[in-house]
Amino acid sequence: MSAYLITSVSVVGGPPTDLLIRDGVVAEVGAGLSAPDATTVDGTGLVALPGLVDLHTHLREPGREDAETVESGSRAAAMGGYTAVCAMANTSPVADTAGVVEQVWRLGREAGLVDVQPIGAVTVGLAGERLAELGAMADSAARVRIFSDDGHCVADPKLMRRALEYVKAFDGIIAQHAEEPRLTEGAQMHEGEVSTRLGLIGWPAVAEEAIIARDVLLAEHVGSRLHVCHVSTAGSVEVLRQAKTRGVRVTAEVTPHHLLLTDERAESYDPVFKVNPPLRTAADIAALRAALADGVIDVIATDHAPHAVEDKECEWAYARPGMLGLETALSIALDVLGPEWDLIAERMSRTPARIAGLTGHGVDPAPGVPANLTLIDPAARRTIEPAELASRSRNTPYARMTLPGRIVATFLRGEPTVLDGKAVK
Amino acid sequence: MIKHLLSGADLDAATATEILDTAAEMATVAGREIKKLPALRGRTVVNLFYEDSTRTRISFEAAAKRLSADVINFSAKGSSVTKGESLKDTALTLQAMGADAVVVRHPASGAPHRLANWVDGSVVNAGDGTHEHPTQALLDAYTMRSRLGRLAGLSVAVVGDVLHSRVARSNVLLLSTLGAKVTLVGPPTLIPVDIAGALAPATDVSYDLDSVLPNVDVVMMLRVQRERMNDSYFPSAREYARRYGLDGPRMRRLPEHAIVMHPGPMNRGMEITPEVADSPRSTIVEQVTNGVSVRMAVLYLLLGGNNR
Repeated sequence: MSAYLITSVSVVGGPPTDLLIRDGVVAEVGAGLSAPDATTVDGTGLVALPGLVDLHTHLREPGREDAETVESGSRAAAMGGYTAVCAMANTSPVADTAGVVEQVWRLGREAGLVDVQPIGAVTVGLAGERLAELGAMADSAARVRIFSDDGHCVADPKLMRRALEYVKAFDGIIAQHAEEPRLTEGAQMHEGEVSTRLGLIGWPAVAEEAIIARDVLLAEHVGSRLHVCHVSTAGSVEVLRQAKTRGVRVTAEVTPHHLLLTDERAESYDPVFKVNPPLRTAADIAALRAALADGVIDVIATDHAPHAVEDKECEWAYARPGMLGLETALSIALDVLGPEWDLIAERMSRTPARIAGLTGHGVDPAPGVPANLTLIDPAARRTIEPAELASRSRNTPYARMTLPGRIVATFLRGEPTVLDGKAVK
Repeated sequence: MIKHLLSGADLDAATATEILDTAAEMATVAGREIKKLPALRGRTVVNLFYEDSTRTRISFEAAAKRLSADVINFSAKGSSVTKGESLKDTALTLQAMGADAVVVRHPASGAPHRLANWVDGSVVNAGDGTHEHPTQALLDAYTMRSRLGRLAGLSVAVVGDVLHSRVARSNVLLLSTLGAKVTLVGPPTLIPVDIAGALAPATDVSYDLDSVLPNVDVVMMLRVQRERMNDSYFPSAREYARRYGLDGPRMRRLPEHAIVMHPGPMNRGMEITPEVADSPRSTIVEQVTNGVSVRMAVLYLLLGGNNR
């Protein structure tokens, strides 16, 4: 294996130092390192973070390879500074059997750009009627620990209770897409002033908050782990805050887009801004940012959701919900949180790795740890051009926006997946 | 003049007044033996209708023809992502045919906005989903002005299913711009959230029709679909009619000069009784007549007829 010497780099915001990577691990950390056989990477002005870990990625394979494949999504992830992603189960066929999760896991290994950790469906076909073979997925080569019907809510309270209980046998976790379906029938965007003006059916905040409130009580009752996907409202933050204060084992994620974009984006009727849960208000954004800083929200997760052009270049109501996120997440975090490197590492790498049980990820560069890390140029500013993204799809909501920060390099177990800001393979 | 007419919010007071004044001139054409002007000769107007709406389509068709435009009716009913071509491909087809204006009716809110990105010609929103229907608001304003002599200072009650009404949204926007005061009346389930903030700050909301009627110059009844009761917006058609329907006794609570409007098609016996619909206060038939004049004015002004 090759060796890399990264010189004068700030590790998680610390003073400049050198990092020697050899045989897949961080071999040495310290000033003035020398390794004649190593390829030198000038880290001056760059920040090294543990490789980012995404708890919420849609890779679309199998089924919608026209929108994304495991390989193209893995490349987008590496370009975004990620070394591991958790692939959501709403593929076609649904990842509700050991066979499908193993297929996704194997495709990820073959691509070799990030570690692809499949998420298993909670219910057969995401239909919300009976449990999928959660144990078989846990025991498979993919070693599934997170289960989610994301895209659909596990709305039946009895089924949700059973799922939470059942996965305790293998330290599993249920990641809930919190959306009371009866309150969101036909919903197109956040219910509020803008939905009224635009004549689009509203998705009320209470539809999310009611499910989170129910689920934290269920998790408390059965003593299980609950993870809440893409929290989007100020009210949800308060429900989570109370639950955490009581000691409920709940974690929560927020997406970059819910930290930056408001429902007013819908005024263009451009479905690139259609997403589920929908973009909310400035007050929600403020609450989410505060919750991210104080730890009520544990994780930034992308909900990277690639869609084919024809599924977005149409009427708002007919468009599929979702937006790209992997290649812009770090920039949004930097924009929203500022150069708070320890906080960024905590919310985008260490905590998600811990929740997903991904050992070897989410560990700060130090002698002996697996060399999963990313180098960021915080001074760079870049204008997002959809056509230049590594994803197979183009549905980024940040088109032509100028954002801070650029990923210069990403290493997966000591091998570069990105160098000089370009994908290596 | 604006290029597209997508929303009541596209019209400032001066533009709206210019359209109403032009409509008044157009109305004189209807009284002539030959009901035709050469203003849009050689221009092509496409009526692109994704929903059945015979009354709106023939109103636009009559308007375009009276201005001597070539009219193409394109019925795309049933079209959606699942069948037929996409809105964008249809737009590119119309563009290639050289449409100077596209009049579009569509079940999806915002479809005319999308269309306006894809064609060079003017787009006129003839009703999109539960969003807007700006030419209906213009013809309503025209009707009020011709009956009551003014718009500024009028008090207008819009009654019924505001939540699903494109007519209501466009009327609130336009009437507020022109200085009228709008009160929305209906059961709370059918009044959308934050309506005043969304559309016009001075808009009032009331759940009590009887208390509103004595103080209005205009009462505009909206169509209420009986099926809404199946989605718990109200318990039954009978209860709706009893609380929010306009019948003879309620009509007699109106001031002497007040008029009764309805955009049609009516559910007689639901939101309005025959006694009211056929009374001298009712402007329902006039609204249809005025619709042609207003749409002539809109097409004429959007297509630059006044600059030729």
